[in-house]
This record gives sequence, C-alpha cells and structure tokens, in this order.
Amino acid sequence: MNLLAVRAMGSCNRSNPEAWLAGTGSPASVALVFAAIEVVMEGTLQKSLRVSLWRGGADGRYVSYEVPARESQTVLDVVTWVQRNADATLSYRFACRVGMCGSCAMTVNGRPRWTCRTHVSKVASNGQLTVGPLENLPVIKDLAADMREFFDKWQRAKGRFAPSKSRADPVERIAPDSAARRAAAAAIECINCGVCYAACDTVRWNPDYLGPAALNRAWTLVNDVRDAANLERLAAVAADGGCHACHSHQSCQEHCPLALNPTASIAGLKRASARAYLRGELKP
Amino acid sequence: MNVRLYLWQRATAALLAPMVLIHIAVIFYATRKGISAADVLARTRGSVAWALLYGAFVAAVAVHASIGVRTVLSEWTPLRGRACDIVVVLFGLLLAVLGFRAVAAVVLP
Repeated sequence: MNLLAVRAMGSCNRSNPEAWLAGTGSPASVALVFAAIEVVMEGTLQKSLRVSLWRGGADGRYVSYEVPARESQTVLDVVTWVQRNADATLSYRFACRVGMCGSCAMTVNGRPRWTCRTHVSKVASNGQLTVGPLENLPVIKDLAADMREFFDKWQRAKGRFAPSKSRADPVERIAPDSAARRAAAAAIECINCGVCYAACDTVRWNPDYLGPAALNRAWTLVNDVRDAANLERLAAVAADGGCHACHSHQSCQEHCPLALNPTASIAGLKRASARAYLRGELKP
Repeated sequence: MNVRLYLWQRATAALLAPMVLIHIAVIFYATRKGISAADVLARTRGSVAWALLYGAFVAAVAVHASIGVRTVLSEWTPLRGRACDIVVVLFGLLLAVLGFRAVAAVVLP
C-alpha cells in the first residue's frame, strides 16, 4: 500500500474506523492510530526543500525550486531531481557520483563542495539550499563552470610526468618509506575537482596565480625520482604567479573534500625553489 | 611575487625582526630614564654603531615594504607588470630617502 493510499484511508475513515479494522480495538483507539498515521504521512509528504539554483551565464540569477526531501539525499540528487522533474534545460556536470571523478563540484550555501558526497542534511540551513557554479571560474551556463583555465594552469605548472627512462630500462625501485615518496603520497590523491581553486583568496585576487591544485600536482612530481623535468617545473612554479604568491590562508586545505593539504605542498615548493635559486639553478 | 623577491622579503624580515625589538627597547629605555632629545643626539652624533643599525634598518624597510606593496597593488588594483614595478620602486626610494634623511639627522656630527 503506498503512502497516498494510507493517507486516503485515514482521511476517509476517521469517523468510522471500525469499518476498516473491525475487531482490532475500540473505535476511539483505532481513530487515534489513524490520526497518528495521518500526522506522520502529512509530515513526510509535505517535507520539502527550498532550493535556489543559479540559472544562466555570468549575468544570470538564482531561481527557486521546491524539491521533495528524502532521507540520505545528496546535493547532486537534488540538482538531478530538478533537471529531471522541474526543468530539463538545467545544465550541470557530473559523472561517477561516488567522489572519484571530481566533476560535480559546485558552490553549496556559499562553500565549494563535491555535491555527490555532500548530504543535504549536513548543509541545508532550515530546509534551504543555494547552489551555484564554482567561483573563481567563468560560468558556462547554470551550474557548469568553465574549467579550461584551471586545467591550463596545470600545464603551466608542468603538472605532467616527464619520464627519465624508457620501457627498456628496469622499473625504478622506490622505497615506500622514503621522504620523497611520503611527500608525494600525501598529495597524490587529488581528483581535480577544483574546490580548492574556487576557495582560494589568492586566485580571486590574482588571476595569474597558478592555484593550489596545480601547485599540489607539481609538488608530487618534484618528489617523483623518476621525473626528468624538475628544474623546468621549479622554474615554472617560482615565477610570478607561482608558489610564492600563496598567502598561506589555507582555504584549500580547509575545503579539500579529500582532506589533502595543498598549502603544505606549496610550502614545499617554496623551499625547493628557494634552494634551487640560491644554488644558481633558477633564473627568474 | 617570484622566488627572488620572496627571498629578499624573507631575508629583510629576518633582519628587521631583531632590529624592531632593539628599536622598541631603546624607546623604552630612553623614556623610562627620562633622556632628553639633546642627550639622545649627544649619544648618536658621530656614532658609527647607531648609523649602521638605523642605516640597515631603513634599507631593510625600503626593500621589505616595497615588495609587500607590490603584492598589495597587484592584487587589489588594476596595476600590473611594469607599471606596478615602477610605482613600487618609487615608493621604496621615497622610504629610503626619508629614512636615510632621518638617520643622517641624528648620527651626522
């Protein structure tokens, strides 16, 4: 029996419950049971979220929707409900839905978050959700931010592996407990979601700044003994807009959904590039 | 901010930290002992030590502050690149001229 049917039963037979439940108790107690069921069902059926979603491009506005509240509901579930039930033209980005791909980051009630792993119950304020595109990036449409600048900066920071050996060489032996491997391991799990970039004050103030994610990636490669391009990488991150532009506000660390610490990675780059400069290996 | 400016700013900060403490200690000493301006000038005029201390102080301030102002201007104003650099070099020169003028006034015999 679905909820509506139960509710209908309650509404129709409060005055004559024995017609439905003959012999199961006194009419008064059965009426009470129906009244209680009705109260519970009313609460469940009418419980909803007020959701404001950004619609349009940079000159868009927030539009409000009424979305059914459910248990164990993520912000991505809410956005998907709107697209499938209220307005099919809503644009947003997601892929894996399990916190691996880094596609679904948005601004939720003022904070950048991965929406597929953010439960509504943890972030809704009085049943109200406000969801917008990631900040510090241009808006394409609705909740989809243009990530090109974010990924271009990964390239500027030399965030790609430069092999020092060929497939003919033996596999490099790396001790798991070596200092370099530990430093790389602490930063390697980045999923490129852009949350740290959207949270960063320095990115907001300085459009040339490479940002926490690109610098965090560079730090993992600086600690990769197999990499052959570390001097170029240090030169790239030691230039204007590189690691030394970081103010160490630590918003990246505060907001990273994987609890990584890009601020520590950036501090490592500052030390490594300063040493290289003092040795005369860098010419900024 | 690049690595060269970063190191200059950190190095001048390391120099300024003890100097500021010495400067504050001297102020407390002079006021608590009730030393007059004439007494101060009598001790500083012709003193190589005071000239070196406050000369280095002024030089470090001029470098440190102008690098900091360069960051502030580039983040909070439309000034970028060479225009920003020219403004902060002029600012650093102004600090240096005013500072060295003050040092000269108390240490030159």
